[in-house]
Amino acid sequence: MHWDWAVAADVLPRLLAGLVVTVQATFVGAILAYALGLGLAVLKMSHSRLVSFTFYWLSEFIRRTPLLVQLYFLFYVLPDLGIFLSPFVAGVIGLGLHFATYTSEVFRAGIENVPKGQWEAARSLNYTTAQTWTRVILPQAIPPMIPPLANYLITMFKETPLLAAITVVELFNAANIYSNSFYKYLEPMTLVGALFLLVSIPSAYAAIWLERKYARQN
Amino acid sequence: MDIIIEFFPLLLKGAWLTVQLTVTSAVIALVISFVVGLARLSRHWWVRALATVYLEFFRGTSALVQMFFMFYVLPLLGLTLSPFLAGVIACGFNLGSYGSEVVRGAIQSVGKGQREAAHSLNYTTYQRYRYVLIPQAVPMMIPPFGNLLIELMKLTAVTSLITLSDLTFVAQIIRGQTAMTLEPFLIILVMYFAIASVLVGFTDWVASSIAKRRGLTSVKVN
Repeated sequence: MHWDWAVAADVLPRLLAGLVVTVQATFVGAILAYALGLGLAVLKMSHSRLVSFTFYWLSEFIRRTPLLVQLYFLFYVLPDLGIFLSPFVAGVIGLGLHFATYTSEVFRAGIENVPKGQWEAARSLNYTTAQTWTRVILPQAIPPMIPPLANYLITMFKETPLLAAITVVELFNAANIYSNSFYKYLEPMTLVGALFLLVSIPSAYAAIWLERKYARQN
Repeated sequence: MDIIIEFFPLLLKGAWLTVQLTVTSAVIALVISFVVGLARLSRHWWVRALATVYLEFFRGTSALVQMFFMFYVLPLLGLTLSPFLAGVIACGFNLGSYGSEVVRGAIQSVGKGQREAAHSLNYTTYQRYRYVLIPQAVPMMIPPFGNLLIELMKLTAVTSLITLSDLTFVAQIIRGQTAMTLEPFLIILVMYFAIASVLVGFTDWVASSIAKRRGLTSVKVN
């Protein structure tokens, strides 16, 4: 078994088309994960015991069960309940929901790490609730959140091949379809690995740079 | 309901395989974590370089891709692995790369004075790590290792895609044979949650028993 450049050249355009879907799924999933995560963080910090308890355990349930099974759930169960989603939409919702439980911890920690004195200062200056959040709390809470949120973006990128299990033709599935139709496994799978490294290693170093940048400011 | 009872033995079998996969790959991941984590601290540049290549490769690519590579591509290169072996190696190697960062970080965070003390006692490198650095670093590793253990358990679900009949695979069998969707997936989600919760409890128990033992020794010393 040796490397065949003709096969590599043949499969590469399909892989690049798949990579576009992978990147789209990553970013849409991440936007969902950030938005839902922020909502979840606020609900988990609720003063109502019932609300915070319910959402804490809901979040733990999602966090302690595999993303693959959650994707199957969205893909197979929802149509039986009358909700029809395209594979891509189901996949992105699954990614977003799963990682919202991780990002919610980032948001919670970021908000809780703002010293209590800052809240008291805002109150003593007679700031409204909106002013307190936008002028005092968030400007201090957001910068430390950026590096971990960027890291979850990279993690989500590496989880997108699971979407292949619910028929989304992303990078990995594009290779798999090609492999199964032409019985060529070496080149497609190796190129998938190479493309993943090509994106994730520079992103990882960018995340480290972000970490240093925001560590300096504090 | 009758159908669920009929399939219950199969679900238990799947759960047992999921547990076996988790435990076996956790042992592999733990060994790799220490080997690669310590190699990253080596004074030889080529050892550090090899460890970094390992780390970037297994952390930089998707676990599913690694698993498919081991199961479908390695046989073409003359190395045939059983599905179980391919599964535990992929899971173990993948999580081992994350674990090695935990080991490295924990050892590096042991106070500088401890290193100097070991030097001034004329400890060899082995003695310094064995008696000074690692014992102090281990308690710090427990909480992140606990999180990685959950990630590992969840990753074993992916082995269903390389023909292993774990919990996820069993749910697919039930779906195929009965056309039920809600019941099998809901049941396995609850089973996964139960397994993960046991693992969380186990991590907490390890952390508290280490803390307790530390508490006792420090009382004795004083």
